Amino acid sequence: GTGPRSLARLARAVSGGVAGLARAAGWERGRVSDSAARLVPQEKRRAALLGGGQARIDSQHKRGKLTARERILLLLDPDSFVEYDMFVEHRCADFGMESDQNKYPGDSVVTGQGRINGRLAYVFSQVFFCFVLVGQMHNSKFNLPRVMFSLSWAGSDCSSCLISSLCLYLQIMDQAVMVGAPVIGLNDSGGARIQEGVESLAGYADIFLRNVLCSGVVPQISLIMGPCAGGAVYSPALTDFTFMVKDTSYLFITGPDVVKSVTNEDVTQEQLGGAKTHTAVSGVAHRAFENDIDALLNLREFFNYLPLSNRDPAPVRKCHDPSNRLVPELDTVVPMESTKAYDMVDIVHSIVDEREFFEIMPSYARNMIVGFARMNGRTVGILGNQPKVASGCLDINSSVKGARFVRFCDAFNIPLITFVDVPGFLPGTAQEYGGIIRHGAKLLFAFAEATVPKITIITRKAYGGAYDVMSSKHLRGDVNYAWPTAEVAVMGAKGAVQIIFRGKETDAEAEYVNKFANPFPAAVRGFVDDIIEPSTTRIRICRDLEVLASKMQSNPWKKHANIPL
Amino acid sequence: MAASLRQVVAGSWRQPQRYLLALQCATHHTRWCLITSRTFYTAEYDPNEKVTFEKLLIANRGEIASDDKTCKKRAIKTVALCTDLSAGAVHVKMADEAVCVGPAPTSKSYLNMDAIMEAIKKTRAQAVHPGYGFLSENKEFARRLASEGVTFIGPDTHAIQAMGDKIESKLLAKNAKVNTIPGFDGVVKDADEAVRIAREIGYPVMIKASAGGGGKGMRIAWNDEETREGFRFSSQEAASSFGDDRLLIEKFIDNPRHIEIQVLADKHDNALWLNERECSIQRRNQKVVEEAPSTFLDPETRRAMGEQAVALAKAVKYSSAGTVEFLVDTKKSFYFLEMNTRLQVEHPITECITGLDLVQEMIRVAKGYPLRHKQADIPINGWAVECRVYAEDPYKSFGLPSIGRLSQYQEPLHVPNVRVDSGIQEGSDISIYYDPMISKLITYGSDRAEALQRMEEALDNYVIRGVTHNIALLREVIIHPRFVQGDVSTKFLPDVYPDGFKGHKLTDLEKRELLAIATSLYMAEQLRSQQFLGSPRISLAKLDLNNWELSIQLGDGTYPVTVSNNGSTFSVEVDGMKLNVTSEWNLASPLLSVTIDGTQRTIQCLSRDAAGNISIQFLGTVYKLRILTKLAAELSKYMPEKAVEDTTSILRSPMPGVVVAVSVKPADLVSEGQEVCVIEAMKMQNSMIAAKTGKATSKNLRGSWQHAGNPSCNL
Repeated sequence: GTGPRSLARLARAVSGGVAGLARAAGWERGRVSDSAARLVPQEKRRAALLGGGQARIDSQHKRGKLTARERILLLLDPDSFVEYDMFVEHRCADFGMESDQNKYPGDSVVTGQGRINGRLAYVFSQVFFCFVLVGQMHNSKFNLPRVMFSLSWAGSDCSSCLISSLCLYLQIMDQAVMVGAPVIGLNDSGGARIQEGVESLAGYADIFLRNVLCSGVVPQISLIMGPCAGGAVYSPALTDFTFMVKDTSYLFITGPDVVKSVTNEDVTQEQLGGAKTHTAVSGVAHRAFENDIDALLNLREFFNYLPLSNRDPAPVRKCHDPSNRLVPELDTVVPMESTKAYDMVDIVHSIVDEREFFEIMPSYARNMIVGFARMNGRTVGILGNQPKVASGCLDINSSVKGARFVRFCDAFNIPLITFVDVPGFLPGTAQEYGGIIRHGAKLLFAFAEATVPKITIITRKAYGGAYDVMSSKHLRGDVNYAWPTAEVAVMGAKGAVQIIFRGKETDAEAEYVNKFANPFPAAVRGFVDDIIEPSTTRIRICRDLEVLASKMQSNPWKKHANIPL
Repeated sequence: MAASLRQVVAGSWRQPQRYLLALQCATHHTRWCLITSRTFYTAEYDPNEKVTFEKLLIANRGEIASDDKTCKKRAIKTVALCTDLSAGAVHVKMADEAVCVGPAPTSKSYLNMDAIMEAIKKTRAQAVHPGYGFLSENKEFARRLASEGVTFIGPDTHAIQAMGDKIESKLLAKNAKVNTIPGFDGVVKDADEAVRIAREIGYPVMIKASAGGGGKGMRIAWNDEETREGFRFSSQEAASSFGDDRLLIEKFIDNPRHIEIQVLADKHDNALWLNERECSIQRRNQKVVEEAPSTFLDPETRRAMGEQAVALAKAVKYSSAGTVEFLVDTKKSFYFLEMNTRLQVEHPITECITGLDLVQEMIRVAKGYPLRHKQADIPINGWAVECRVYAEDPYKSFGLPSIGRLSQYQEPLHVPNVRVDSGIQEGSDISIYYDPMISKLITYGSDRAEALQRMEEALDNYVIRGVTHNIALLREVIIHPRFVQGDVSTKFLPDVYPDGFKGHKLTDLEKRELLAIATSLYMAEQLRSQQFLGSPRISLAKLDLNNWELSIQLGDGTYPVTVSNNGSTFSVEVDGMKLNVTSEWNLASPLLSVTIDGTQRTIQCLSRDAAGNISIQFLGTVYKLRILTKLAAELSKYMPEKAVEDTTSILRSPMPGVVVAVSVKPADLVSEGQEVCVIEAMKMQNSMIAAKTGKATSKNLRGSWQHAGNPSCNL
């Protein structure tokens, strides 16, 4: 089993580390006779730090990527990284892997813990250059997926190096849950070593299980910094957030070659699973960054919004932006004509602290905006319909995008602030056949189930079922405000009059507008708590969040709810 | 039209509650700004003078329409005009009533006389103040007002007509013994006639619309070809802006100054000259920086110009405030250019140095009161400078319009002796339909140096976010040695910046200061990002804040810096020089006052992101920097270079506007430098030129609306 083996390894690593430290400190410099033996751990350490040799580091750099260790150094606070199991090597002896020159300590993953702005995080960073691939990489960089897919024929009896590195993941994930700190994965895997065989499949499943068990306990973040294919993609998919690096990272189940042979489609890696595809089309990734450095620095920023675990409150960072700041800009932001679009992101920027808004999935389902910001220093999750895109209607993609975000915030005690300007669900066969009922229900489910503080601001339209869905009072919204421009109604005036009067000439539209296209019908029924001047919105939200900070609400006991997946 | 009137008079017919609430929600901030900003008048009101008008309609928009402080003081009710687009604008909120006169394009709203006359009837306004531009110099409008028995606050129809017509005004000026420009000629029928006339006068000549004031529709031609081109543009522009395509061609005086005399006349044959305004700093013949008095005039020239201006005013029986514009050559000879029969944009600087309230005097005169001052009473007290703050990009031909929404806006009213006249507020939209002027920024000092010093400070403290603005250019102009010495002409900008405006050139010391400020700001942010409140789970091991090594990219250079922190002071070592930077480091404030080794600077941090990019407005110009730790900077050399789009094959609209003419068809061969299309924005026609030879493959339709940067044609 892996248990005793990994324990033994741990013991070795620790003793080696101590000896290495002692040596480095120069305590035993005088004892020349022992020096040869004592040099071994130090050399091993140096080799591990080189992570597979200068040639490999250079080749990684040539691809426009950083090495696993460089990435960790950039991600974590200076001198804060504590590495686990530096001396692990693969013990695979098949297909030429036994040769000593093919053995490097710490050769497939670097794991450990460290600090990001003083707060604890567990990190694993994959070492890209898995050997089989190294030789081939120079010939063709497009052969990864084939290698991935042919896992099954590999010999099954090698004592696996993949498995040993998988153990490292399991170890830090288990510890992260015990301690209550996020897990960050920097994925850049050439895939499994074919030689490692079926054990690697089991290893993947072990990781998937850990991902699932960690889910909702500690935040899990994946940063895809290279190819990630085959079974390996499901680990990032199970984590809370997946970020990618533009042009150098790919995620796909099967690569272009297999796609070609199976479906006869010609597609490049970039088209199939590049950052653009996943952030704009598939919705697999939540955001993409220009390069490794940009991505890691942004990850540091992102990390600051997250609580360390589900036992910790949403973090409160020191804030210079006064909570009683009036925002005169908001008094004119909503156009007088209800058909005219405006940018909901403008509203978010002007309300939140220091105009800082970390948007999640900014290029996917753009009719819904979601992301993190701070109010008086405290992290909040922001949702909003985006009138600029498809009038801000709810459709399949935006519902799913919103639902997943709401559930993350609810799981990690992050208050939700929802800006509503929604004309309804998008009609049409495409949507109905696609299951808008099922997917729209996800957002409804997520909002209804959430027990974190929920504040809702209706800026303009709140029509029909979409009104209910968008964190309405009826779904246990704590504070629901309407701006003077709000219209809470079953539907828009024109459509309503057309249906009521069935095409008969009528001037009932104006009457409908007067009756329903304003916030009063909802206010008199208590569906909104107050009609507020837009410029006071920030003040109100900050005040409410202070009150709601100690909110306690629970759902009936259940094993788990059954969200309509 | 009646429908749109009803719409606003009765609130918005669609949503009455919305309209009322929107008005209630109007903040008082801007109103306060406008009122508190006026502190320079010395002329007192006579409390015994009867209330003049009960209700006044202001047939204009923007800052002039907000400029109704006089009315507020004298308890005159005001009526503002708005369009569908500007219903929430500042001038509408400040007025007692508002009437909608139509959709956004000016030809359908502020130039729509029928709608305005209707509005006057509805609101029973007794008088109309036309502001400037629009109908301010429209004799037809004045006539219609007179026929309705409504007082037009301005000169009578005769004077408007006489002076509004460039040709007639020249004749009148000649007769009144006012110096006029040689080579004066008449109305132009077509391009051939334009060329003939131009040859007669002798090149260079200037071509402009007869009806237009300022620099609109004005072009200078040095040869026949340019004359034809100028004729085409000017006549089109004249037609679109004034509905009158007559043109004027005259001798162009090279290297002149533009100096104008403010006159004030009553209906009792009294007229005064209120000294001059130097308006030489212009771009594309539109004024940018003005000052009063001029550094160039001696008392004799001033008196001579003033007396000629008054003589002209008297010759046309002028009443109200007006401006006589002169070109002054290097030998202090001056030539009559034109007379503007209205209040000028730059009137506040005259108010500053004379202490008169021109709007107030105009109302008095319109009501028939005689002037209260004698020529000998008109002083020159101190010095006033006005900068026109435009929503435009000064890096493109000294200012091409930009549009957008003012996401943050803060006027520098905390700087002493600053007056800001603006018609906008935070959240206002700058649209393509109107002049892109954000405000006029006026500073006043006991002498010129003081006024300029204040202006520098005011520009640094002016927060405008969401649209591109020309503060960088304004600030460069007022600190330029030639300007400081008073060595200016209307060609100042092209002379000083022959290759276009490029922003402030940092000296070595300034560069070090900028780097030190950026470093400190970065460190302040880094430190702040570790300050979590009430969390026990923060590492107790604090970072060592001594000798942090960073690397800053600025332009093409990379600069290593070392920084240490001590309280609110950062010691930054740049190029072997140590600078101490102290500030409050309020990261939420748009303005940051920093002290660098005793020198106080106000900077604005426009943006900063997690990847170390930071843009700082320093000495008026925005600099983009990237700050990385030493490690990240070393590793960044491995980051792949991203391919940049080849833009020469795509013709992009430099600003938002409407395509008014397209000269090529798809599949046409286009040679480098050939005109492809004409885009009109903010009343300016801009010819789009192909950057390389090729075949036109696609084009957007004529009449379509273009965003800045939109490709309008592919080659």
